[in-house]
Amino acid sequence: MTEIAFLLNGTPVRVADQPPTRSLLDWLRETRGLTGTKEGCNEGDCGACTVMVTDAAGSRALNACLLFLPQLHGKAVRTVEGLAAPDGTLHPVQEAMIAHHGSQCGFCTPGIMVALAIAHAQGRADTDDVLAGNLCRCTGYAPILRAARAAAELPAPPQMAADASALSSFIVPQIRPPETRASDAAADTAPPVFRPTNSDDLAEWYAAHPEATLIAGATDVGLWVTKQLRDLGPVAFLSGVADLTHVETRGKVIGIGACVTIEALRRAMRDVHPAFAAMLRRFASVQVREAATIGGNIANGSPIGDGPPALIALGATLHLRQGDEMRAMPLEDFFLDYGSQDRKPGEFVAAVTLPSEAPALRCYKLSKRFDQDISAVCGCFNVTVEDGRVTDARIAFGGMAGVPKRATAVEAALAGGRWDEEAIRTALPAFAEDFAPMSDMRASADYRLDTARNMLLRYFHDLAGRPVSVLEVSP
Amino acid sequence: MSVAKPLPHDAAPLHVTGQARYIDDIPVPANTLHLAFGLSERAHAKVTVLDLGPVRAAPGVVAVIGPDDLSPMPDCSPSIHDEPLLAMGEVHYAGHPMFIVVAESHLAARRAARLAMVTYEDLPALITIEQALAANSHFEGGPVTWQIGDAAAAIAGAPRVLKGSIEIGGQEHFYLEGQAALVLPQEGGDMVVHSSTQHPTEIQHKVSEALGLPMNAVRVEVRRMGGGFGGKESQGNHLAVACAVAARATGRPCKMRYDRDDDMMITGKRHAFRIDYHVGHDDRGRILGVEFLQLAQCGWSADLSLPVCDRAMLHADNAYLIENMRIESHRLRTNTQSATAYRGFGGPQGMLGIERVLDHVAFAVGREPLEVRRANFYGEAGGQPPDPRDISAQKKQQVTPYRMPVEDFILHGLTARLEESSAYLARKAEVARWNAANDVLKKGIALTPVKFGISFTLTWLNQAGALVHVYQDGSVHLNHGGTEMGQGLFQKVAQVAASGFGIGVERVKITATDTGKVPNTSATAASSGSDLNGMAVKAACDTLRGRLAEFLAERHQVSPAEVLFEGGRVAVGGAEYGFDEVIAMAYQARISLSATGFYATPKITWDRVKGQGRPFFYFAYGAAVSEVVIDRLTGENRILRCDILHDAGASLNPAIDMGQIEGGYVQGAGWLTTEELVWDDRGRLRTHAPSTYKIPACSDRPRVFNVALWEGANREETVYRSKAVGEPPFMLGISALMALSDAVAACGDGTVYPDLQAPATPERILAAVKRVRGD
Repeated sequence: MTEIAFLLNGTPVRVADQPPTRSLLDWLRETRGLTGTKEGCNEGDCGACTVMVTDAAGSRALNACLLFLPQLHGKAVRTVEGLAAPDGTLHPVQEAMIAHHGSQCGFCTPGIMVALAIAHAQGRADTDDVLAGNLCRCTGYAPILRAARAAAELPAPPQMAADASALSSFIVPQIRPPETRASDAAADTAPPVFRPTNSDDLAEWYAAHPEATLIAGATDVGLWVTKQLRDLGPVAFLSGVADLTHVETRGKVIGIGACVTIEALRRAMRDVHPAFAAMLRRFASVQVREAATIGGNIANGSPIGDGPPALIALGATLHLRQGDEMRAMPLEDFFLDYGSQDRKPGEFVAAVTLPSEAPALRCYKLSKRFDQDISAVCGCFNVTVEDGRVTDARIAFGGMAGVPKRATAVEAALAGGRWDEEAIRTALPAFAEDFAPMSDMRASADYRLDTARNMLLRYFHDLAGRPVSVLEVSP
Repeated sequence: MSVAKPLPHDAAPLHVTGQARYIDDIPVPANTLHLAFGLSERAHAKVTVLDLGPVRAAPGVVAVIGPDDLSPMPDCSPSIHDEPLLAMGEVHYAGHPMFIVVAESHLAARRAARLAMVTYEDLPALITIEQALAANSHFEGGPVTWQIGDAAAAIAGAPRVLKGSIEIGGQEHFYLEGQAALVLPQEGGDMVVHSSTQHPTEIQHKVSEALGLPMNAVRVEVRRMGGGFGGKESQGNHLAVACAVAARATGRPCKMRYDRDDDMMITGKRHAFRIDYHVGHDDRGRILGVEFLQLAQCGWSADLSLPVCDRAMLHADNAYLIENMRIESHRLRTNTQSATAYRGFGGPQGMLGIERVLDHVAFAVGREPLEVRRANFYGEAGGQPPDPRDISAQKKQQVTPYRMPVEDFILHGLTARLEESSAYLARKAEVARWNAANDVLKKGIALTPVKFGISFTLTWLNQAGALVHVYQDGSVHLNHGGTEMGQGLFQKVAQVAASGFGIGVERVKITATDTGKVPNTSATAASSGSDLNGMAVKAACDTLRGRLAEFLAERHQVSPAEVLFEGGRVAVGGAEYGFDEVIAMAYQARISLSATGFYATPKITWDRVKGQGRPFFYFAYGAAVSEVVIDRLTGENRILRCDILHDAGASLNPAIDMGQIEGGYVQGAGWLTTEELVWDDRGRLRTHAPSTYKIPACSDRPRVFNVALWEGANREETVYRSKAVGEPPFMLGISALMALSDAVAACGDGTVYPDLQAPATPERILAAVKRVRGD
């Protein structure tokens, strides 16, 4: 791989002798002997390997098991070993964790300490979300929350800000210019690795290497490596592609670059499309949302990705690029069949655009667990009612077919009709025309079809202002 | 005294800084090799061809050990020697280890393990309880039946009868640290084993047996586990034995840790059960007779299924005096992972059976479930005024269905206190008002009790040893047979040791469990850790203190009883010394400053063939009130509030005990709600990672969570009159399932019982809602 440089607990390190898909976790534990960061699952679901990664945009919690070393170039990594002050004085969350009996077996604790230290520095009190990606099997979480609350009022120690200031003076070594050609003179038998800094370079390189794997957040591709043990061949890391990270509103259209993370998108959507933002919170844990990108979520083509149903219900347009060619299509047309998308070799997802107004949008996600779980059914509804009549209906589902799919028969059954419970019930049989879902470990086909229908009823109650979510009920 | 103080976990400062060392964190010699198992992809098949050539040729592979390379094949079973390390010609479940890869790195071993060319000839596979029952696939030759009174006659003569059945899913332990072992070969063929195990002596036993060595040639050490929950009682055997075999073959240190998916595919889990019940009761819900059919999915090998299923039978009464009961227990052999120990060890399943009966009976007679439960409670133990609501009126000695006297029952008083502190009745009324006003979201509330028997049912396991040294400087080195898996055992026992010498706990060094220091230990299991090891340590400290007292008494011409150890000082005959001074003097006076301690639990006798005797030293009690809300359109649900009052006797460390209670409840609620194991029709586990198997996350804990300790000492003479607390709180989670059942019932008109099955996933809740609504 090309050489990379980053800060590790404040100290510059250069790495040159590692394969490009070596995870930060393995490198920390096996090469550096920093064993505080734990492997609990090696797939981004347990958070025992949580580390703090800082770049110009700030600090965030990420799962070290799903971070390939090249993604860290020019950034700063802080592990649990770097939370205490150099003189050994513990971070306030560490002190509080001891005092409030927040650790039992202690294996999840390093990851929880890092996650809480970041949230502490950011003044976040929504601990349920902060820790949604950190599993603890011993404590039942209650003492961990007591610790978080106890530490909240204390100031963040200097080491929490040290990385941001150190980065400003960290001269990222210009080790070698990014490769731009397959015939790179230095290329040996190892497959090429590319770290573009703009989308033009990416387009040119990918057109020349259509067999390459594009890696944005690595929250899915990471598992190809850690679980399927695949050799990826040529790879391009997109984390440095600055011009694909925009969220811009022009008139009544919002443009979103493919490399916008789910977390950045959630924040951008909070005021414009609060229902979409709420769905994006349940998309995954903080660690995954901070890494995963909307472009990756779309390009991946999964029938159970949580981004596409909402975007389809919003009437989003997908923008693809191949070399210098751009083309656009309604997002739903991109998904051809299970595992198959309308994407040419060397073509990549560049952006998605969507309307800035959709007050009737509601998004519902069903899963066995509320946080950090994959949808059994994800239903998104965007029905326009004027004078008691449906003038427009866009309804899309994930988990109901081999692709994220519009409920066109249901939409047709509703279109032009009255918007009341009786009329809605007459549209329910149309679900069986739209969908023949499958049974798997997440849910049975019957449950999926039942709840898809019931979601339309929920949507009716929801628009009428009635309580429809158990998440909103207090004791 | 150090005992009873809410001190933090001894390793907490190491946990929070990442310094606490687990097996995979131990620095290893540079020539260490790494192991991985090649796994069966079929649930039941003959292996006609096992071509390991491609595995041997893979990069980084040093050796491959197949079934033909080991003779005799080492056994990994903790019970009846039915678990060869590797499948021999026939695989019995998908995930069954078939060969061992020994490689230069963990990754190289994992990669190579997938390269074997295997030809299978499928055999009929029994995946479900129903399939195994139909095929008469039993361990122990057939069902085990215990009974008291005449259940059939009592049911036949009862004013009312009902029948039902509950499916109870298994549970993955999901210890955050996966299974791991490291074996370091020593001179002369000896082995040192580091294992993430609850049972070092078992590891020592299986490794020595595998290598044909006496046990004294194998030393096993474990400082801590990253969670155990029963999953490391027997399931670590395979890794330690594989590493030992490979270490002997290569002469190099060998380490094995399971990738999470492999861990879930290979290792055993909590037993899934189906419990059928036939009940005779009166109009007020008093139970006159019950017949239980307990069907347990034991998986492919016996493992610990015999005592697990026994304990399920021993908790079929829970808190209720039922004079006519028959329990028929089927231990079914299936082609799935071999079910194993898991917190509660069958108790939770047995207890859920009777709690389900109480819920069903209360629904049938239309009475407040708590009142029906009370009407069936055992009588309160003497020494306190009888509860006026106690209509069981047991004047004579009351016994369990296995004829053990219940002498320490406190649930009348405990539930009365909890009912009040949780405002149960007022909230019940509030729930009813909510349900009348809301069509989609429905609430439910339930109070359930726990009575859990403390002791290993294999009586000889109820023993423990300790080794205590005092060094010349007065610092104490503590060792005992118990293992630390997060439960705080080491700290509690250190507090016992510190109290024994009247010194601060900071003077006591807690050391790794080591078969070279304390031999012939029992597993740290059955909640027994503090009871057994605390007493053994106390005995050792008593011995040492006795020697010191005798020495000082002689010097001061007083009786040894007049020597007092308190606050780091020793007072004798008007003089006072620092503890360190006394130790220095005793050393120079050539007094032995090292002692062993031993403890064997008294009073217990148990005839498991008859199902009669006193298997338990005492019972631990508790109760919980859970309030939930469900969405009747989707089955989504939430635990809104939980109030717990739990009996830990005179707690050795209230903070650590509270941690066990809070954590136990959430784990128990997880078992009955989000945690679902799914095998496909070919017997492959589909939920083998946290992406598909969902343990409770932070936001799943009850929104309001009030936990308190019942104040009352153990009536039996346990260590400082404390009670075991590891397992009992797990079963408080049953209240969550019963509250969900209550919420589902509120979706109907009260005529159809919800018949909610476990785990109550949104899908099962929706199915129950449809049932009560007649949809």
